[in-house]
Amino acid sequence: MKFSILINEGPYTHQASDSAYQFAKSVLAKGHEIFRIFFYHDGVNNATRLTTPPQDDRNIVNRWSKLAEEHKLDMVVCVAAAQRRGIVDEGEAKRNGKDATNLAPGFRISGLGQLIEAGIQADRMVTFGD
Amino acid sequence: MLNIINKSPLDRGSLDTCLQSAEGGAILLIEDGVYAATKGSVGEAKLKAAGKFKVYALGPDLEARGMADRVMDGVTVVDYGGFVDLVAEHKASQSWL
Repeated sequence: MKFSILINEGPYTHQASDSAYQFAKSVLAKGHEIFRIFFYHDGVNNATRLTTPPQDDRNIVNRWSKLAEEHKLDMVVCVAAAQRRGIVDEGEAKRNGKDATNLAPGFRISGLGQLIEAGIQADRMVTFGD
Repeated sequence: MLNIINKSPLDRGSLDTCLQSAEGGAILLIEDGVYAATKGSVGEAKLKAAGKFKVYALGPDLEARGMADRVMDGVTVVDYGGFVDLVAEHKASQSWL
């Protein structure tokens, strides 16, 4: 079965990002497919590669990047939510005159159409937020 | 419909809203939502009165809160694999945020 996941909460806030990660891992462990993970609202903060949590804490951002690499996941960050919160890739930096980028590996910035498509193409869509 | 609730009934009204608005099906309590499934909590009476729902609670979140041995009768404890199965079994899921 094809799953899509929507994440509306940032890392280290309450628990939505952790719940979504554990859920995504279990979806894959059960042999299902993940069509897309979409990061919206404060959820876009899961995609900054500049976080440095203490060494004995989980690294939520790196954990997403690793999962995406291992399973070839499509992880999409909402462009408008990202612009508001300073999540920037090279294209956005050029377009908006920013002097740095911070999008973590495995993520890409795109529009809300990707969320709609994720809902249409997947058999199941699950939302995590606060 | 699988109704997912992730906040304590002491914190938010999402359980109440779900019980009032949803037509039935299943409720899965996750994160702080699991407090509703504990004996003696305000959620216990509410869930008992809402007999049209089958109620599940996420085991790892109960354990993380020291509540694993205080689950009320009639609630089925599932792990993340069970969470995935519940989503697969129901045509749609609604997170009451």
